[in-house]
Amino acid sequence: MLASFMAWIEQRLPFMDAMNKHALQYPAPKNFNFWYVFGILASVVLVNQILTGVWLTMNYEPSGEGAFASVEYIMRDVDYGWLLRYMHSTGASAFFIVVYLHMFRGVMYGSYQKPRELLWIFGMFIYLVLMAEAFMGYLLPWGNMSYWGAQVIISLFGAIPVIGEELTIWIKGDYVISGATLNRFFALHVIALPLVLIVLVFLHILALHEVGSNNPDGSDIKKPKGSVKPEELSKFTFHEQYTKKYDIVDAIPFHPYYTVKDLVAVVIFLILFSCVMFFNPEGGGYFLEGPNFTPANGLKTPEHIAPVWYFGPFYTVLRVIPDKLMGMVGMFAAIGVLFALPWFDRGIVRSFRYRSKLHLLNLSQFAICFVLLGVLGTLPASELANLAGRIATFGYFGFFVALWIYSKDEKTKPVPDRVTG
Amino acid sequence: MKKFILVLLAIVPLFAIASGSSLHLDKADNDLTDKESLKKGFESYLNYCLGCHQLQYQRYNRTFADLGIDEAEGVEKWMPTGDKVGGHILNTMPAKDAAAWFGSTPPDLTLEARFRSPDYIYTYLRSFYIDENRPFGVNNKVFPDVGMPHVLQGLQGVRTMDEHGVLSEAKGGSMTEEEYDTFARDLTNFLEYTGEPSKLQRESLGYWVIGFLFILLIFTYLLKKEYWRDVH
Amino acid sequence: MSNVPVNNGRRRFLTAATSVVGGVGVVGVAVPFIGSWNPSARAKAAGAPVEVNVSKIESGQMIRAEWRGKPVYVIRRTDEIISALPSHDDQLRDPESSEAQQPEYATNAYRSIKPEFMVALGVCTHLGCAPTHHKGDFEQFVSGVKDGFFCPCHGSKFDMAGRVFQGVPAPLNLVVPEHSFPTDGTLLIGVSPGDA
Repeated sequence: MLASFMAWIEQRLPFMDAMNKHALQYPAPKNFNFWYVFGILASVVLVNQILTGVWLTMNYEPSGEGAFASVEYIMRDVDYGWLLRYMHSTGASAFFIVVYLHMFRGVMYGSYQKPRELLWIFGMFIYLVLMAEAFMGYLLPWGNMSYWGAQVIISLFGAIPVIGEELTIWIKGDYVISGATLNRFFALHVIALPLVLIVLVFLHILALHEVGSNNPDGSDIKKPKGSVKPEELSKFTFHEQYTKKYDIVDAIPFHPYYTVKDLVAVVIFLILFSCVMFFNPEGGGYFLEGPNFTPANGLKTPEHIAPVWYFGPFYTVLRVIPDKLMGMVGMFAAIGVLFALPWFDRGIVRSFRYRSKLHLLNLSQFAICFVLLGVLGTLPASELANLAGRIATFGYFGFFVALWIYSKDEKTKPVPDRVTG
Repeated sequence: MKKFILVLLAIVPLFAIASGSSLHLDKADNDLTDKESLKKGFESYLNYCLGCHQLQYQRYNRTFADLGIDEAEGVEKWMPTGDKVGGHILNTMPAKDAAAWFGSTPPDLTLEARFRSPDYIYTYLRSFYIDENRPFGVNNKVFPDVGMPHVLQGLQGVRTMDEHGVLSEAKGGSMTEEEYDTFARDLTNFLEYTGEPSKLQRESLGYWVIGFLFILLIFTYLLKKEYWRDVH
Repeated sequence: MSNVPVNNGRRRFLTAATSVVGGVGVVGVAVPFIGSWNPSARAKAAGAPVEVNVSKIESGQMIRAEWRGKPVYVIRRTDEIISALPSHDDQLRDPESSEAQQPEYATNAYRSIKPEFMVALGVCTHLGCAPTHHKGDFEQFVSGVKDGFFCPCHGSKFDMAGRVFQGVPAPLNLVVPEHSFPTDGTLLIGVSPGDA
């Protein structure tokens, strides 16, 4: 009975076939390591943000007059409201920690190289939308840091020649940041951007499955058809979508092996997440900032305005360039170069494991500079911080320039035919 | 992995760059589980602070329940008559007039401990000193040129500040220094409580959740190990 | 599952055990989401009991209080009204108050704790309009009955104990809320006698 019902559905919408193609018979390299866990963790955090976000919207009041008080209402008067709020605020920071590690994996193992350039581009769009989503979300509690952080970032657009001033007024919907700004940010944050995010994540995974996953060795587990001896072929059954075009080695079906392995990773992540959420939700003042516990006040600037920690790297780039317009250009360029990474890298060896010492050095300095830029973004401006920021900016952009130069004729090691650990 | 450690090591010296502009604050060292302290702090707040500073997000009945005060007794002894037990802790000071008298409206203090920190409040209450140039004749080391008079002068006494910024001993108050410190600590404790009434519940739930997750981890790990026996 | 060469009991047991433990976790996570739908402290405060000073109400007079967003009619009935109550039982739908429109301590001839005080929600049991109090001129609606309530929306009629007359759209007697008299001159709406 059930079988014929399933067959009826399958004929009209191939659900089982999709399950096979994307999970039960999807060939995943068997050597995924720790760095491969952050994709699924990002999805878990996304689900968390959506669920807790919807629930917060049930009691949040999106008006200049009521927003701040409504957050305290949630924290005190709504049963478990405090827990929903902390899940959402901790989740926002967790999202960026996870996403940065996810991106770094891609850079280390060359997952942005052909044929995965579009996958990388989709990922970059997700990152961009995520930053916009976080920025808009941060205004909603209508605390004093919410207000002034938004003030600083929106006024950046005033640097654009000719249209700048008008543009900032148009964004705000008023002559100052007000309820008008709050209301539109609420609509974008709750409905528009989450929808865009979900569509992008869907496309991201579709693009991944089309070309197949990379692995820490950067080798291909899909070999030309007929090139592999039958006894070397993977003993598992994979979907014909893949097997008709390739001989597959060193692969295991995503389900059950990676569902079961990812489950362990998810539980460990939840433990770490809970440690923060239950015992230090303010994140030492970085996840929930002190000045945000006072209501927005256009007449009283906080002692030290800084964007939330995850915007740190780009904020530093902005700050250390002395010209307002060039600072903005620099900031956007810092994100732009990431988009173009697949074309900066002219090499064909993907993983740093088999690339030159120079590349390893370049990667390391890139990581150090990125973290340094981030930390500096949270500190107040000073001579020393400025100098360090400029050096780190140079190192950051230098990564791409250097990569472009040496990747053409790089001294690489031979990539193994079969995956190693 | 090695790279990561390198990165982290590079960051550590950075925190030395962070400007040391923050004033030294004494540690409040309060204990949110000490209900007697919280009750004393609550009582002090009602007697000395509520006249000017509201607690607009904190309800009476929540306070009674969390501090272990019987609600009927609370309504009779702790609340101004006419106020409802389910209502917020408000005063009747007109905001505009207050702004005229003090320079700015005395702020609501429900979230003060989260905005500043308990250490800040504890130190602030104990840092008033004589300053002839100020409208009320006092200034505060933690909050220079504050508009607030030294309401607790009768308890602490008066202090002066010398040219090096060192405060003298307090003289003329009804409490000894130790008693006043305890008084300030109880008040700070109470304000830390009002900043986040669900804090103790949050921590308690945290132990349960993390404990459960560790048990779940054991099961998921065994499950993973079992399936991965297939993979060579 | 053709992909899995080994399929044994241990695998099934571990899967089942993990699912059970995981299921407990899912239920646990659901608690705050479902719990947050309960009435909040603000809702509970707004729905809190209302105290009414009834000592100043004159004989025959009605005052209106508000409780949980609804009007509450409080009337000090005269002796005449009280004694007239049984006389029109045959014209009422539910003279004995058998339908559960009142707490059990108000399931009596006067539908109240003290005979001299009528306490009822001013909400017509037809579609919710507020019936008007007619003092002395109710005979235009029901002959032989001097005082009562007439609902202007669809013509329902109630007597001075809130009991509904026959032949009108309203099916039930007016609701008598939980109430008590902590002191003789104070009415507490929302709290039954003996409850804290």
